[in-house]
Amino acid sequence: MNAKLKLFSYNMADTFIHRLSGVTKLVCFLLLTFAVMFSYDIRVILGMMVLSIILMRMAQIRFSQIRLMLVYVLIFLLTNAIISFFFSPEQGVKIYGTKHAFAEVWGISLTWEQVFYQVTKFFKYASVVPLGMIFLLTTNPSEFASSLNGVGVNYKAAYAVALTLRYFPDVQRDYHDIYLAQQARGLELSSKAKFFDRFKNSLLIVIPLIFSTLDRIEVISNAMDLRGFSKSKTRTWYTSRKLSRQDVLALVVSAVLLLFTVAVSVFINRSRFYNPFI
Amino acid sequence: MKDLFKVNTKTIVATGLGAAIFTLLFMFVKVPSPVPETSFQTAYGVSAFFATLFGPIAGALIAFIGHALSDAIQYGTPWWSWVIASGVSGFIFGLAFKRTKVEEGEFKGKDILTFNIIQIIGNAIAWVVVAPLLDIIIYQEPASLVFTQGITAAIMNIVSTGVIGTLLLIAYAATRTKKGSLSKG
Repeated sequence: MNAKLKLFSYNMADTFIHRLSGVTKLVCFLLLTFAVMFSYDIRVILGMMVLSIILMRMAQIRFSQIRLMLVYVLIFLLTNAIISFFFSPEQGVKIYGTKHAFAEVWGISLTWEQVFYQVTKFFKYASVVPLGMIFLLTTNPSEFASSLNGVGVNYKAAYAVALTLRYFPDVQRDYHDIYLAQQARGLELSSKAKFFDRFKNSLLIVIPLIFSTLDRIEVISNAMDLRGFSKSKTRTWYTSRKLSRQDVLALVVSAVLLLFTVAVSVFINRSRFYNPFI
Repeated sequence: MKDLFKVNTKTIVATGLGAAIFTLLFMFVKVPSPVPETSFQTAYGVSAFFATLFGPIAGALIAFIGHALSDAIQYGTPWWSWVIASGVSGFIFGLAFKRTKVEEGEFKGKDILTFNIIQIIGNAIAWVVVAPLLDIIIYQEPASLVFTQGITAAIMNIVSTGVIGTLLLIAYAATRTKKGSLSKG
């Protein structure tokens, strides 16, 4: 387990994107993600990808910050591509309605439609990732809860998210301590152990972790109750910011991009897919 | 039941800390399975445990926040269809809230059965219905693939929720004072 893993390795910098308020970034992230999730037009998707890479440069995100995530994403995308081909080699033909086979392997015909579908899908998933990374790496974690509340999430739920972010490092440290303590007692937790033993041994870490957390829940909720938490219908946030002109600009641009994506699908492609085969 | 959805400070705190544990277990404490992109997740045992103690709202939020956060940390962005399905599973697990006698220090035969029936229904709905349908609607994945993944995930999550959730609840019941355990001398 990587003990150095930092949650939301937020880097403080003074760029256009860092200056935007948390609410703006959350709304823009959701609007743009929705646009990419909705569209299956490779032109729109590639455009969005270029835009998000430019934004990433603007936010001064270094490659070393995102390297690990990129590795995970690539592994995920490649497995997804391989298994979705084996499960449904004719999915592209079904979607685009034509069949241009160019080769045959073990009785499965390889079609341009399938290649096009899978390439589109690859970039579709890949292009959401930079957007999420920009959001995570440029939003101050303590501002996150207030932004959730700002977009209309009930403040109690938003506060639960704030607690999660606050206590994740603590829980991680507890977990690590228990893990080492159990190993010192001779518990085999690596892949050398048998499948059933690993299952059983993981439980021997989870149980102490849960029970120490239940005690902690008691302490924290008493402290919050004593300070009058949830007595009123609304609450204010120490970190919330007023929307500036730049925020409005960013919101308008994102909304226009979403509308543009939907418009391309409705008026030009007449479906969520861009079909070059007709 | 009216107070099934009651939310007090303790529910909020339990949700926050439960989601932190869920995130951690979801990332690090899983046993890989032969089917790609699925694994035995110990995290669902924990979400079922918290849902049984604190209700459906806590259950749904723990699984939703926990899954979204661990996806975000690992992949940079949440895989929404499965995150929503996780939330649904946590919500249904929460229906076991106040249906068992675990708070009175008893978790045997009938209680174990109630808990497991609810968790099997919850996992089945979440992974065989919600997750694949959302995958098809949002991401247009091939149906045969997502249903195979969904059924595998359902079976594995039922096993891990059943084993881990039940054991945690038995352990928890042992720490509670039994009802009527004091007798007049």
